[in-house]
Amino acid sequence: MLSRDADSLYWLSRYVERAENLARVLDVAYRMASMPLSYNGVDSNEWESALVTAGALEEFRQVYDEVTPANVIEFLAFSEANPSSIQCCFDTARQNARSVRSALTSEMWEAINSAWLDLRHLSVRKISVQDLPRFLNLVKEASLRYDGSAMRTMLRNDAYWFSRLGVYVERADNTARVLDVKYHVLLPQDAEVGGGIDYYHWAAILRSVSALVSYQWVYHQNLRPWLVADLLILRQEMPRSLAACYAALSSHLDDIAHRYGTTGSAQRLARAAHARLTNRTIDDIFQVGLHEFLQEFLAENNRLGQSITNQYLC
Amino acid sequence: MNGNGGPTREAYRVLEGWLNSAPSQLLEHRRDEAELLFRKVGITFAVYGNAEAEERLIPFDIIPRIMSGQEWAHLSRGLEQRARALNLFLKDIYGPREILRAGIIPPELIFQNPHYRPQMNGLSVSGGVYVQVAGIDVVRVDDKDFYVLEDNLRTPSGVSYMLENREVMLRLFPDLMAMQRIRPIENYVDELLGTLKSVVPERGSSDPVVVLLTPGSYNSAYYEHSFLADRMGVELVEGRDLVVRDEIVYMRTTEGPKRVDVIYSRLDDDFLDPLVFRPDSALGVPGLIAAYRAGNVTIANAPGTGVADDKAIYSYVPDIVRFYMGEEAILKNVPTWRCREREAMSYVMDNLHELVVKQVNGSGGYGMLVGPHSTTEMCDQFRNLIRANPDNYVAQPTLALSTSPIFTESGLAPRHVDLRPFVLTGRDGVRIVPGGLTRVALKSGSLVVNSSQGGGTKDTWVLSE
Repeated sequence: MLSRDADSLYWLSRYVERAENLARVLDVAYRMASMPLSYNGVDSNEWESALVTAGALEEFRQVYDEVTPANVIEFLAFSEANPSSIQCCFDTARQNARSVRSALTSEMWEAINSAWLDLRHLSVRKISVQDLPRFLNLVKEASLRYDGSAMRTMLRNDAYWFSRLGVYVERADNTARVLDVKYHVLLPQDAEVGGGIDYYHWAAILRSVSALVSYQWVYHQNLRPWLVADLLILRQEMPRSLAACYAALSSHLDDIAHRYGTTGSAQRLARAAHARLTNRTIDDIFQVGLHEFLQEFLAENNRLGQSITNQYLC
Repeated sequence: MNGNGGPTREAYRVLEGWLNSAPSQLLEHRRDEAELLFRKVGITFAVYGNAEAEERLIPFDIIPRIMSGQEWAHLSRGLEQRARALNLFLKDIYGPREILRAGIIPPELIFQNPHYRPQMNGLSVSGGVYVQVAGIDVVRVDDKDFYVLEDNLRTPSGVSYMLENREVMLRLFPDLMAMQRIRPIENYVDELLGTLKSVVPERGSSDPVVVLLTPGSYNSAYYEHSFLADRMGVELVEGRDLVVRDEIVYMRTTEGPKRVDVIYSRLDDDFLDPLVFRPDSALGVPGLIAAYRAGNVTIANAPGTGVADDKAIYSYVPDIVRFYMGEEAILKNVPTWRCREREAMSYVMDNLHELVVKQVNGSGGYGMLVGPHSTTEMCDQFRNLIRANPDNYVAQPTLALSTSPIFTESGLAPRHVDLRPFVLTGRDGVRIVPGGLTRVALKSGSLVVNSSQGGGTKDTWVLSE
């Protein structure tokens, strides 16, 4: 297929996934901020950590003086000054979709187009803080519909694989960020200090990747920080874990290599990263340092994205 | 349906009966449904210079325009004759130029024409075909005669609306459509692909790779480009997707460069190749014309076809048909005064309030004067424009255009329509699917049907005999 089309599909999926991740992050911030103050700990600022998770704190500070709920919501959800705001994500996603119309199924196009129309309409009259959950739901549903349409209607060929690569590169990035922002509450020594307060932080991490219930099904026990990390980094059965993302990435990259009859650096990088995630225990990771591990992972994930681009998309 | 109060035309009988028996709310419901369908599939039309309406729907009218098989047979014979003649004309202009030597057309109309492309001289194009896709705009003025308004020989658009309009009608009015024998048009895309494959260069592949070249997603007809590429199953490429090496055109794919044999170009000539035409074009492909001249790729339509479709040449088409085909033109031309001719100009100046004045190279209904609908000041303004540059203007009488009923808030009402059938010409002959794009002026009395000026479209039914 055309490199430009593959590139558009890849970024289309990345932007839809990014919008959904932002919605989750905002959702958690909203929930945490509505808790009684004592639950949160005195110095915690959930809205600020939402900005950090989104990697947007610096850009935010250039536009706003103060971290208020309304400012953060505007910046992360609607602002044109933030190229990764939910609104901009859907704009960019739709532009990509438009330029690759013929490689999309009509279901996928309709999912993107109607989400874009719905959200555009909402943002004009700027929603209030209380309306946020309803808005976030719309975003999540749009992403589900897009993803579901892709899974159910696309031919299993290179177009499909490139669009899945976008999903998983973006998702891995997001899961690692969510963990990294909160890594301090996951360190084992904090477990005793934390008590009730930390419980909410751990639950928030899980919630931001829709894994709170899954946690119970996998471990059958109370929230333990190292298990939260285990679930989101190493568990293959957890769909947003780093291991699951890399299982999918290396499998789809292999599909492409098989179809084209040649393999390259993207395949090697993905396979190596996947092997590292499969052969480790969570204890190994805590020994290296969770923060260091996550930083290294984010850099590696970036390199994979670059390598996919160089090999196929330009 | 019945002109102005006369009896209902035969072709509209079934529709009339159906309308009379349909419950009153039905049409409104179906119209709303149609709007929703169009909005959902994203068939939009971008209008230049209008940021607010960046993506707008072309208004769709749910009442079909209907032609009898007989009417169509006459029209399609005329279209085929005209398309063949214009192709021969282009072949001659970029070849021996017999028509100039015969003194039939003033040479300066060719050589001073901004669409004349000297790069095409002496080039033998694949299959001798210059205009693979033509959109020839016609209007009916009375029971039998069609007049040609305009030959669009460069990058005519609108065929996607023709096809989508039919799809929407089939979804909305299956009952009505089952009551008569409407000739299908859905095969247009197959015919187009067949036409394009037929003009593969002699040195090209036996299983030719066809691509559709678009200026990109900001072009007003981008929806159509992606629609056609999708239906034909060919790649929709932009200039940056193509690269020329050793006079061979390749597209960049995820598997590396892949050779291209036929380019269905929806890009203006000017932008095709910055090495030959506009050097500032970022939309084109450096080296494309060299590859074309080397006979390694076919560009459809050929560069330089615009020399045959401007409004000054238009007035000579009946002579062109006579010269190359040895027969009279089946389709009439609208009488045209060329302001470049002294007598014609003085007639135009004296009768401006009764005439339509057009720029020779204009399109889209821009820069024209509709005399009967204009103020004295506007007429005076145009008189000055014409005097300053007479070569640039032609004038035509305002025709008593035929009307077709549309569905309005206050029921059915007549509006002026034209028709753009699409004429495909390949190495193996001419193909025309029965019908075309009917464009309709939505304002009562208006004669302007262009979609950029608020015109709408409707489905066109050609009945079997």
